[in-house]
Amino acid sequence: MLAAGIEAEPGEAPLYALNRLSQQLWPAFAAELEAASGLSVGYRSEGTLVVALNRDDVAQLRFHYDYQRSLGIALEWLSGAEARRREPHLHPSLAAAVLSRGDHQVDNRRLVTALRRVFLAAGGKLHEHAPVAAIEVEGGRVAGIRLGDARRPADVVVLAAGAWSAEIAGLPRAAQPPVRPVKGQMLALRMDAAAPLLSHVVWAPKVYLVPRGDGRLIVGATVEERGFDDSLTAGGVFALLEGVWRAVPGVEELPIDEMWVGFRPGSRDDAPMLGPSEVEGLVLATGHHRNGILLTPVTADAVSRFILTGEVDEAIRPFGIGRFAARAKEEA
Amino acid sequence: MTSTAAAGDGLAIADRRFASRLLLGTAGYPNQQVMLDALAAADPALVTVSIRRISLEAYAESLVDLIGGRYVLLPNTAGCATVRDAVLTAQLAREALHTSWIKLELIGDRETLYPDVEQLLRATEELVKDGFTVLPYCNDDPVSCRKLADLGAAAVMPLGSPIGTGLGIINPYAIERICVTSPVPVILDAGIGTASDAAQAMELGCDGVLLNTAVAKSHDPRRMAAAMRLAVQAGRDARLAGRIPKRNQAEPSSPQLGLVGG
Repeated sequence: MLAAGIEAEPGEAPLYALNRLSQQLWPAFAAELEAASGLSVGYRSEGTLVVALNRDDVAQLRFHYDYQRSLGIALEWLSGAEARRREPHLHPSLAAAVLSRGDHQVDNRRLVTALRRVFLAAGGKLHEHAPVAAIEVEGGRVAGIRLGDARRPADVVVLAAGAWSAEIAGLPRAAQPPVRPVKGQMLALRMDAAAPLLSHVVWAPKVYLVPRGDGRLIVGATVEERGFDDSLTAGGVFALLEGVWRAVPGVEELPIDEMWVGFRPGSRDDAPMLGPSEVEGLVLATGHHRNGILLTPVTADAVSRFILTGEVDEAIRPFGIGRFAARAKEEA
Repeated sequence: MTSTAAAGDGLAIADRRFASRLLLGTAGYPNQQVMLDALAAADPALVTVSIRRISLEAYAESLVDLIGGRYVLLPNTAGCATVRDAVLTAQLAREALHTSWIKLELIGDRETLYPDVEQLLRATEELVKDGFTVLPYCNDDPVSCRKLADLGAAAVMPLGSPIGTGLGIINPYAIERICVTSPVPVILDAGIGTASDAAQAMELGCDGVLLNTAVAKSHDPRRMAAAMRLAVQAGRDARLAGRIPKRNQAEPSSPQLGLVGG
């Protein structure tokens, strides 16, 4: 999801600005990547609907709507009937909905496939299924990485290990990104691609639904502070199925394609750590939480610019790792 | 942490005294930083954590890692449906967090999230015997509150209204009766929607207020947390100062006799 708008939350104004910027970069980024790779990344611009199924939901939706409108986000309030004209398979008792035309989606798996192809075509070398044992630092400067027993010297290392970013050995304390895993259970249902039940991304109470172009309907996601526990649970899967069924009753006939667990790389303020670190040559691109795909273009642009020119882009200046240490000092 | 309570007017539960009379939950904030800011603004006596919904390993940046050293944690048994579950969860919390204090939560109905009184009484008895300091989340019912206290609960925590509704105190009469009759401290738990609800609880005679959603889901959690701290303090002071009796007839606040030229 590329949802800077309807995911904006209180206390996250700087993150909203970054999300918004990256969202604006997305159409051109997708077009460039598709042209270079010859692959579709499944970019869809139908927009996002947030739906309310009863009176309590409407009050909650209005509360969020008022907050997000106060940030200047373009949202439209729809009656239940208006929302069902756009998405006829939504529950008949739908009470109201908010439409965000600017919140789009891209297929994360296709995106990675396309990025991989263009990276290799450009001469990049990819070591897959090769965990990084350590980052090597010599005299305050990055010297390379260790892949198993093999040492790979490098002038610049970008730490982009997602939820595992804090686990990599070899870094001094101040350069270890404060990232924790935030567990999410998800599943995919299979719709008839020729007659899909939905075309917009839909946020219903407790669950979101993302219809892909190939007929897959992604249903997500739980948010659990359980470390790296990777079990699918009855309660988690039940919550997802109950949530999707309440919003779109027609899903009960769909086959389940897949169920899985993922780990968001969470930081304290849900915002990423981008740019230089205490260790010269070590560049951070981690802690993106649920916004990794949304923030891909701005991360790629700003990080590569820093590596090539040494300039820290204004857009990422508020997102240095130093903000956490500064904060701790303030509180002490 | 600075105390905002009037000197000598701390909250006493079991063998501990707290400067603040506000208890705050840790669920549902937009992010951890907002939660930390809200906690700092609320300056709570105790901070509740749901044992079943977090990992107890204090890995870097985990909830326990972030707040364990700074606040007094009160683990709760949210998500437990049987006495056995609740007892095991309390024991797990005692081992992991090194506290024998437990907020006992045993829900009898997923729709209303009302407590299951029968199980609550049994679990309280069992946990007290096992050496726990038990704070049961219970109905706004003077009889079950009395029974819980008799079984050895260190405080009772009657609901203002159902969890997450923000409806405030829907039966002030019952809460006031509980406060009058309870031999142990009364902490109002659940249903607080805004600051005046917290102040009202204290005016009715409660010893403290526990809340979570009203702060976590507001548009500005830090500000609402500060508002709650002030409201609990204001309500407590108003209670101690003594409200005037309600009258049916208006009465001018300035004397009308003996006015110059009158």
